[in-house]
Amino acid sequence: MPQTHASGQPYEDDAPEPAPPAAKAESSDALDSLLDEIDDSLQTNAEQFVRSFVQKGGQ
Amino acid sequence: MRVAGIETEYGIVDPAQPQANPILLSSRLVSACRLWANGRTAPWDYGGEDPLQDQRGMRRDRAKAGADMLTDVHEWDPAHGRISLRRRRGSWEDPAHLNAVLSNGARFYVDHAHPEYSGPEVATAHEAVVWDRAGDAIALAAAERYAVEEDLRVELYKNNVDGKGASYGTHENFLVRRDVDFDELARLITSHLVTRQVVVGAGRVGLGQRGERPGFQISQRADYMETEIGLETTLRRPIVNTRDEPHADRKRWRRLHVIIGDANCLDVPTFLKVGTTSLVLSAIEAEDERLDALVLAEPVAAVSRISHDLSLRAELPLASGEVATALEIQRALLTIARDYAADADDVQVIARWEQVLDALGRDIFSASKDVEWVAKLQLLGRLRDKHSAPGPDGAVAPLPWTDPRLAALDLQWSRLGDGWAARLSAAGAVTRLTDDAEVAAAVHAAPQSTRAAVRGAFVGAHPELVDAAGWSTVVLDRETAHGRLEVLHLDDPLQTSHPLLEQLDG
Repeated sequence: MPQTHASGQPYEDDAPEPAPPAAKAESSDALDSLLDEIDDSLQTNAEQFVRSFVQKGGQ
Repeated sequence: MRVAGIETEYGIVDPAQPQANPILLSSRLVSACRLWANGRTAPWDYGGEDPLQDQRGMRRDRAKAGADMLTDVHEWDPAHGRISLRRRRGSWEDPAHLNAVLSNGARFYVDHAHPEYSGPEVATAHEAVVWDRAGDAIALAAAERYAVEEDLRVELYKNNVDGKGASYGTHENFLVRRDVDFDELARLITSHLVTRQVVVGAGRVGLGQRGERPGFQISQRADYMETEIGLETTLRRPIVNTRDEPHADRKRWRRLHVIIGDANCLDVPTFLKVGTTSLVLSAIEAEDERLDALVLAEPVAAVSRISHDLSLRAELPLASGEVATALEIQRALLTIARDYAADADDVQVIARWEQVLDALGRDIFSASKDVEWVAKLQLLGRLRDKHSAPGPDGAVAPLPWTDPRLAALDLQWSRLGDGWAARLSAAGAVTRLTDDAEVAAAVHAAPQSTRAAVRGAFVGAHPELVDAAGWSTVVLDRETAHGRLEVLHLDDPLQTSHPLLEQLDG
C-alpha cells in the first residue's frame, strides 16, 4: 500500500511537519486572498469568539 | 442506492448575546421558518415515534429511559400508553418542541437545544447531497427571516462540537431489510462506520471531548463514541445505535440510524458517507462472507486512534488476529462494494470512493478538494506557516495548535452562509457535485423518488387540509363520513403518489 509522505508525523507542536503543498495555479490567488481575509478577521477577536462559542449537548 | 436520509442539528449562536437561551433561539428560528414558508407548512405527527424499541428485540421500560430519549413525551398520553390522535392545528404548541414540516418533505424543528433539519427520504447519494444543501439554504433563509422579525442576528454552524465538551449530531438513516439479523448487521457495519472517517471526516482542532489536548484530528465526532452498540444517542454514544423505529412497514424494514458521522460542509463527503454506507449494507444483506475478515478487534478504541492519526498508518487489530490500516480496510470494502453497485448513482459512488482512497494513499493533500478534514488542515497549515516564528530554542516553528486563531478558524469553517468552507467553495477550491439551480429547486420541492413526494405535495399544495405529518403518515383534517381526522398511512417509503392527491389535483 502506498504511504503518504506528507504526513508521516502527527501534527503535534514539537513534531516536524510537512510544508503545505503548492496549491493549484488556478486557485492559489483566490486561496491567498481568502487566507489574508481569514487572517485579518481572526487578528482581533479569535480568543473572544472561541470562548463564547458554547453549545448544549444534543444527540 | 437504498432509501436514506440525513438529519443535521446546527450549532446556534446569537453573536450579540452569547448567553442567550438556545432552546428559545431555536424555537424562534423555527417560527421564522414557518413565516418564510408562508403557510406551506404543517405540525409534526408524533404517532410514528417509538424511541424505546430496540433493534435487538427488547424494549426499554419507559420508567427507566433517560428524559432525552423520550422524543414523544410532550404528546404522550399516559392513560392510554400511546400518542392519541387529536387535532393539532390551531391548538397550543410547546415552543420547546416547535416543528415545521415543509413542502420539500423535510422536517425543521427544535431538537433538544438545537435547530434540526431532517431531510426528506432520498433514493440516490446525489439526491442526499442536494437535499442536504437545501437544508442549509432553508436554515439560512429562516435565520434571515428571524433577523427581520426579531431585529436580532442568529448564526448557524454545521458542525458537531463546541470545544467545551458538548457534541450534537448529524445522523444518517438507511432502510435495511428486516430479515437481516441485527447483531450480525451491527458486527459487520462497524468496520465501515469506524474507518470511513478518513474519507468523510470534517476535521477538528483539539483532541479529547473538551479539546483538552492541542492538535488536529480527522473527525468531529470520534472522541464522543464510547460504546459499540446501544439505544442512547445523547450519552454513552454508541457506534451502532439500536433505536428500532422503522418509519415503514415493520415486517419488511428496519431503519439503521447512524450517529457516528460528522456534519459535512463539502459535497463529496456527504455523497460518499451515504453512498458507501448504503453499498456496504447491500453486502451485509447479501451475507457476503468477505466482510468477516474486516471485523475490528477493538472498534471503540479504533475510532479515536484513526481520528488522531494524520499519517493514516495506524495498524488496527482485527478479530482475525491480523492488523490493517483504516485505508486498507476502506480499500477492501471498496472491492466488495463493487459487486453491489445497482444503478448509475452507485457506480459514481464507487468511482469517487476509489479516487479519494487513491489520493489519500498517495499524498493526503492531493485529496484537499474532496476530503473535508484535508481541506481544513491545509487552510490551517497555511495560517500556521504564515505566522511561524522562532521558538525559545531559536528554531522557526509554525503557530502552535493552542493559538485561538486556529480554534476560531475551525469553528467558523462551518458557519452557514459566510463560513470559510463556503468561501473556499466559492473560490473554486473544493469539488461541487450540485449546481445552485437544483439546490434552489430542492428548497421547495421534495424528491420525486420517495414518499417525501406525497408529504411534500400535501404540505405544498394543500396545507389547509393537513393537520400534521410524520415520516409514515399524513393526517388530514376535513369533513368526511368517518369524522374530521383521517390518517393516510405511507408505510412504503417508495410510494411516490397517493390517489387522494390525484383526486384533489385532478
